[in-house]
Amino acid sequence: MSGTDVLLVALGAITLGGALGTVSARAVVRAGLWLVVALAGLAGCFLVLRAEFVAWVQILIYVGGVVVLLLFASMMTRAPVSGGELDRPRGPGVLVALGAIAGLSTLLVQAFGWSKVNQDDKDVGTAERVGDALFRDWVLGFELLSLLLLAALVGAIVLSRAPAAKKDDA
Amino acid sequence: MHPIIGYLIAAALFGIGFYGVLVRRNILLILMAVELMLGAINLILVTTDASVKATTGQVFVLFLTVIAAAEIGVGLAIVLRLFREQSTISIDTVDVTTGTMPDLDAEPPRSDT
Repeated sequence: MSGTDVLLVALGAITLGGALGTVSARAVVRAGLWLVVALAGLAGCFLVLRAEFVAWVQILIYVGGVVVLLLFASMMTRAPVSGGELDRPRGPGVLVALGAIAGLSTLLVQAFGWSKVNQDDKDVGTAERVGDALFRDWVLGFELLSLLLLAALVGAIVLSRAPAAKKDDA
Repeated sequence: MHPIIGYLIAAALFGIGFYGVLVRRNILLILMAVELMLGAINLILVTTDASVKATTGQVFVLFLTVIAAAEIGVGLAIVLRLFREQSTISIDTVDVTTGTMPDLDAEPPRSDT
């Protein structure tokens, strides 16, 4: 076990702890805050794996954007945000999830085993290298995604417009 | 660096997110669990990149991040509309067979009239 492995295990433990908190919290806001822990731990894992640009994007978009959106939505829906009505019976869910974890783990262990790679290329994840790949090899996907994002935002605006019936009442 | 550590963390994270999707009733909590599953996919891609010393996986992580942002935007718009029409966002009580579609031909409400 090298220092990188120890760091990865520690940050992975933080991530999984945050994830468990997210799926077991008794209030929506607490689940959102646990999600911040999980996603920040995941960004730490990315940093250890030398994907620094992706790690900062993860912090910016997920922790700064997605979680804030989710918390705002939980405020705007004023739905029951805590208590026992939040969960279904847990037994079947635990069984299926443990089965998924066991199956995926077996598959990955069989595929990769205890193989070792050395991280001698230190700047494989810098913004320069990632941007080079993004705008040289994957620029078509990048443009398509900008269209997708535009369509999604227009769709979100249309969906959240007030119903027409309300206008007649006024 | 042993890539299997990253892969196993990703597998466990995916399973936990899966559990959240199966067990939660509140749609917002289900969306959070879906974010966890997407994070697991991102971790798989980054770990693969670290083990083959490439950048393609990281480019796909960026793509996935954009898709997740679009998904959460549309998803929350649907959740807000659902709450406005049915006053609930519990997937056990929500009724998706009724409801009104947005009237696209209607004039938008004006402030000067």
